[in-house]
Amino acid sequence: MTNNKVKKRLAKDRLMLWGVCLFAAMTATPLIAILGEVLLKGYDQLSWSFFTEPTPTAYKAMKAIEAGEPIPGGIANGIIGTMLMLAMASVFAVPIGILCGVFLAENPKNKFAQFVSYLTDLLQGTPSVIIGIVTYIWVVVPMKGYSAVAGSVALFIMMLPLIIRSTEETLKILPASLKEAGLALGGNRARVMMKVQLPAAFGGIFTGVLLAISRVIGETAPLMFTALGCSFIRFSIDKPISAVPLLIWEFFNDPNLQELIWGASLFLLLFVLTLNISAKYIAKKWNQ
Amino acid sequence: MESITPILEFNKTCVSYTKQTMAVKYVSASIEKNKITAIMGPSGCGKSTLLRAVNLMHNLYPNIRVDGEILLNGENILNMEPIDVRRRVGMVFQRPAPFPTMSIYDNVLAGYTLNGIKLSKNEKDNTVEQCLRSVALWDEVKDVLNKKGTFLSGGQQQRLCIARALALKPDILLMDEPTSALDPIATKHIEELMLELQKEVTILIVTHNMGQAMRISSKSMFMYLGELVEYGDTATMFSNPSDERTKAYLTGKMG
Repeated sequence: MTNNKVKKRLAKDRLMLWGVCLFAAMTATPLIAILGEVLLKGYDQLSWSFFTEPTPTAYKAMKAIEAGEPIPGGIANGIIGTMLMLAMASVFAVPIGILCGVFLAENPKNKFAQFVSYLTDLLQGTPSVIIGIVTYIWVVVPMKGYSAVAGSVALFIMMLPLIIRSTEETLKILPASLKEAGLALGGNRARVMMKVQLPAAFGGIFTGVLLAISRVIGETAPLMFTALGCSFIRFSIDKPISAVPLLIWEFFNDPNLQELIWGASLFLLLFVLTLNISAKYIAKKWNQ
Repeated sequence: MESITPILEFNKTCVSYTKQTMAVKYVSASIEKNKITAIMGPSGCGKSTLLRAVNLMHNLYPNIRVDGEILLNGENILNMEPIDVRRRVGMVFQRPAPFPTMSIYDNVLAGYTLNGIKLSKNEKDNTVEQCLRSVALWDEVKDVLNKKGTFLSGGQQQRLCIARALALKPDILLMDEPTSALDPIATKHIEELMLELQKEVTILIVTHNMGQAMRISSKSMFMYLGELVEYGDTATMFSNPSDERTKAYLTGKMG
């Protein structure tokens, strides 16, 4: 009977729906579990001083633990180092990445562009530890020391392919009519790019930049070879400097400081989440 | 006999996308000044391709070849700089394409911005008002000039695009099926506008719509498979086409 057939098909449909929901839930579980874990353990440590004071020495921390007090100090040295290096990396990565993305989007058939595009893919897939060691050879060795500059170079290299790709993709999905309309008014290609295409693509490019920042902000390996770390607040770019992910690694290795891991992790996680959410929001807002 | 001034001449113009096939084959025709000339024909006949050759749009795509001559006021545009040609040949596209990040005001002035021409505040205001008036959009938008162009309706957007093209005072306005994305009322507005505008500018329009060609154009071209089959007065062509293919198309036997 036809009715039976329809029922069978509907049952199959429902089964499929449940299956899809189940796998979606499985994907979401680890994320929520990680968030919960870090939030529960790190929440206690968040205080004003956690963000304004540098890392305590192991001795101070040990004394506090013995006295049953909360560990003094915070991760200000790491936050400042991270921000400083991100800023320096972005200052170079954003304009260079956008220009390179423009070149790739505008010349898809050009052999050189195809070659660069291929290299961008390779760079994106290069393990960060390798970028770290190469930056060590290129920057730390000639400068005769670890430094914030070296750290930013490593982060710059990691951000570049992400910004190039997002610029290229965003420009490619703009309707061709925009560019043609601009050129039909007699603009040269550079002007049409600056006045019409890039402004129209701003949402996507900005999102790409935020995602690139959130992608490299947690990088630890390349900074171990370059920025090294530093236990006090420092603003000089030619000296070793700390970073939040470096601190997490240091805390993990020091039994007296282990308590601080969770506060630092929570900060990093919340920062990345905020960047991601704002990226989504901006992209949506811009496309309206 | 009254003197006829050709503003634009096609002389054995050919356009090819690949080496083997020609999309436009040896088209020769003179376009008269301050008239509306319609290019008709079934899909894929090369009418848009021919139109886009006039403002060197094909230069954007390296695999497209344009041969022969296209003379604008006697000068072969194929030897001219694209940015120079495009300033003198305005274009309106099938879909309204106001620049999404610019206000209505800035959209009208986009041609100047893109050509790097600086205008005083006064000149800007005058140009915007004059251009929006000439496309009968001024009264509708004069209070919202700072809103984005994309905020307007489809028909208004298309009129804004026409205003934007007119702002540079082009010799010729190319229109590539400018009403095919619009509703009948908006279409009627644009058609009335074109009839009004032909006093100032020569219009070359590609249209799928025979009725539209009949209503607005004084001259018509009929193209088929890349060839210019027939070219002449619109009234004559519609009442007494000389070629069998034109007749078949106009009577709906082919299309």
